[in-house]
Amino acid sequence: MSKDILIKKGLDIKLKGAAEKTSEKAILSNFYTLRPEDFHGLIPKLISKVGSKVNAGDPVFYDKSNESVKFVSPVSGEIIEIDRGEKRKILSIKIQADKTQTYKDNGVMNPEAASADAIKAHLLASGCWAFIKQRPYDVIANPDKSPKAIFISGYASAPLAADLDFTLQGKEAELQAAVTALGKLTEGQVHVSVGKSSNSPLAGLKGITIHKVSGPHPSGNVGTLINKIDPVNKGEVVWTIAAQDLVIIGELLLTGKFNAERIVALVGSSIEKPRYFVAKLGCEVATIIYDKGISQDAHVRIISGNILSGKQIKPDGYLDYYSNVITVIPEGDDYELFGWNKPVFNKISTSRALTFSWLNPKKEYELDTNTNGEHRAFVTTGNYEEVFPLDIYPMQILKSCMYKDLDEMEALGMYEVAPEDFALTEFVCVSKQPHQDIIRKGLDLMLKEIG
Amino acid sequence: MGLKSNLNNLKEKYKGTKMAPAFNALHTFLYTPNDTTHNGTHIKAADDLKRTMNTVIMAMIPCLIFGMFNAGYQHNLQVGDVQAVTSGFFSSEFWTLDNFMIGFWKIIPLIIVSYGVGLGIEFIFAIIKKHEVEEGYLVTGMLVPLIVPIDIPLWMLAVAVVFGVIIGKEVFGGTGMNILNPALTIRAFLFFAYPTWMSGDKVWVEGAVQRTKDIAAGANLDAISGETILGSLAQGKEMTHSVADMFLGFIPGSVGETSTLLIILGGLFLIFTKIGSWRIMLSSVLGAIAMGLIFNQIVDAGIIVEGSKFYGLMSTPFWEHLIIGGFAFGTVFMATDPVTASQTNKGKWIYGFLIGFVSILIRVFNPAYPEGVMLAILLMNVFAPTIDHYVIQGNVKKRMKRLKAKVA
Repeated sequence: MSKDILIKKGLDIKLKGAAEKTSEKAILSNFYTLRPEDFHGLIPKLISKVGSKVNAGDPVFYDKSNESVKFVSPVSGEIIEIDRGEKRKILSIKIQADKTQTYKDNGVMNPEAASADAIKAHLLASGCWAFIKQRPYDVIANPDKSPKAIFISGYASAPLAADLDFTLQGKEAELQAAVTALGKLTEGQVHVSVGKSSNSPLAGLKGITIHKVSGPHPSGNVGTLINKIDPVNKGEVVWTIAAQDLVIIGELLLTGKFNAERIVALVGSSIEKPRYFVAKLGCEVATIIYDKGISQDAHVRIISGNILSGKQIKPDGYLDYYSNVITVIPEGDDYELFGWNKPVFNKISTSRALTFSWLNPKKEYELDTNTNGEHRAFVTTGNYEEVFPLDIYPMQILKSCMYKDLDEMEALGMYEVAPEDFALTEFVCVSKQPHQDIIRKGLDLMLKEIG
Repeated sequence: MGLKSNLNNLKEKYKGTKMAPAFNALHTFLYTPNDTTHNGTHIKAADDLKRTMNTVIMAMIPCLIFGMFNAGYQHNLQVGDVQAVTSGFFSSEFWTLDNFMIGFWKIIPLIIVSYGVGLGIEFIFAIIKKHEVEEGYLVTGMLVPLIVPIDIPLWMLAVAVVFGVIIGKEVFGGTGMNILNPALTIRAFLFFAYPTWMSGDKVWVEGAVQRTKDIAAGANLDAISGETILGSLAQGKEMTHSVADMFLGFIPGSVGETSTLLIILGGLFLIFTKIGSWRIMLSSVLGAIAMGLIFNQIVDAGIIVEGSKFYGLMSTPFWEHLIIGGFAFGTVFMATDPVTASQTNKGKWIYGFLIGFVSILIRVFNPAYPEGVMLAILLMNVFAPTIDHYVIQGNVKKRMKRLKAKVA
């Protein structure tokens, strides 16, 4: 049952530095890094040691609480360093890539013919399971629980997001294989959203339910899709997969190779020439950002992921496991004289309190990382609701997370949300509260207490 | 940028010390801080709490300026130095420097005491409790001088501010946590602690109290009558002011509450800037109209007849209730306080409507408390969390129902 979804509440944050639709091969990076912290809540158990040789697709570690979930190397090479933090917690696993890449052969699988169990085992063993996330809790899916439905967003509405119509172009065969396989793992449907006026390669696939979405961000968030189609109730599980990762899953099924390649957008107002790159997950960002990007000593914030929910990384950092965007914007650690009362023309605001972004909604802004004010208690009301399309009371659920009332969190809809759903409320927050962090901690608490 | 870097050095020096909140409060008043985002959203919208509060203050400035002129005008009118206004809002009798200076010298001390005492307490609490000085009092401190009678002794105001800020706000945890509107808590304290200074016919015009004392001491002077419209109506007297005077604000009353015209302009500004809730303002007006109409019907039906003690206020046409007393001011600037109002959009409709409804009810039925809007807002402040609770339960029930439908 296809459904058109029109979102009215939300906010399109228009920023300078969207990527031009040309893609280049990134200069091959010599080192690749896996960071267990990319997989929220995971406790890794190592399979390989420092010095061992791996093929692309060979398992490197597994999930302590669920041994069948394997995490594999994106490249072939040698594990040269395992960085540990407090209590010997594994922070990162660094792999030096070989000049010529060799792949582990997982064997070709025809998803049409294979059984659900075989598909599941195949995805788990090959390292593709890590791409499947579940709600509640926004963590890697528990393979023992079958989802009531699977949700995939084929429409990226976040500011400066990679255009999925462009990055998925020509990948129809892989996408089809992946959704066919996934469709066998659920009793329900595979729901896919595409932009209303888009030309998405996903739209022509078989065995899925297509929903056309329109309206401002977060219309493209998978959380919005779930809330409008089939919200998660207590005891239920749904899975979500990022559209770009379907390509990796599909290629694995069709060729037997775990090919960690992905088209990544380099965006942001600090980038000289924003464009797309073909890069492998875990690669060094330095090889990408310095070529017609930024100068060596630029005072910038580098974000692996989109500007609202991504992770801050250092210039010698790595592309994380789930991102298809690298955003670079100016740091804003400077004072502004009477910044709180003078008229503001160069920043975005949803109010009109001497802020004038409402005068030209088409203008692209160049925002920096300044918070534009200090952290305060929640004071104003009603402004979150303007940018929050889910049928949930945002301020009340945030407060329930802050005072850790599990019953109230459950009643207000915690099973339905992920931190990224609260990115816009965090952006507009007058009190500069860290909404996504509050929700993440709330979800972790529920996972621990209720499970 | 010498000042900027010097201040930054001082900030580093004070970091972690007891004085840090006090220093930061002054520092951030000059400069928005150099704080940057960490994880979460890497960019933030332009608005902060200071800007929000500042916008509310800007909306009140016209009322304040008008209040200064009006204080002098009411005084001079009673003394006989000026003629009553004749030519509308821009009458030359009203906008004179003489009028302004009388009001200016009476009202500036009120503002200084209000801000001085209130912010002083905020700073002390911020230092004790080691949190930043929050901006809530910026608005409260401006509201307070606007809602007291012009002749209120400064020490009374200081005592009330101490009470209102500590009991009304700080004991609950400061800005954002309080249940009652602090400005109204201050006014209510004055009202019940010093009733002779807050009601009656002697306090609303500058100099009236002093004149009464002089006369009692044997001076041969005319008494100054400073009665509000509500006060005289409650006593069953005839309305002596024209509708235009009431709407434009050439009437006795609390310092900043008299000009409905300027309050409406302030309200429209707040709605336009999206700082004030249009839902509360509109529903409050609707509530007042509803109650006013009910009373008018009762009078029309002959249930209450002339001579009854309720007749004066009950027979007042419903729309006149909107422009007399503190109703307009309360609706626009006090009921919309986001912390003490309902926090859900549906709740705001109910909350606002009841404020309007109850204001007129108290105003009519309790002649001792002609200023019903103050008590109505305080009462609804108390009920706001309950209203929200039921609104949110609606959402919770929807979720429960969905779950049950699945299980069945």
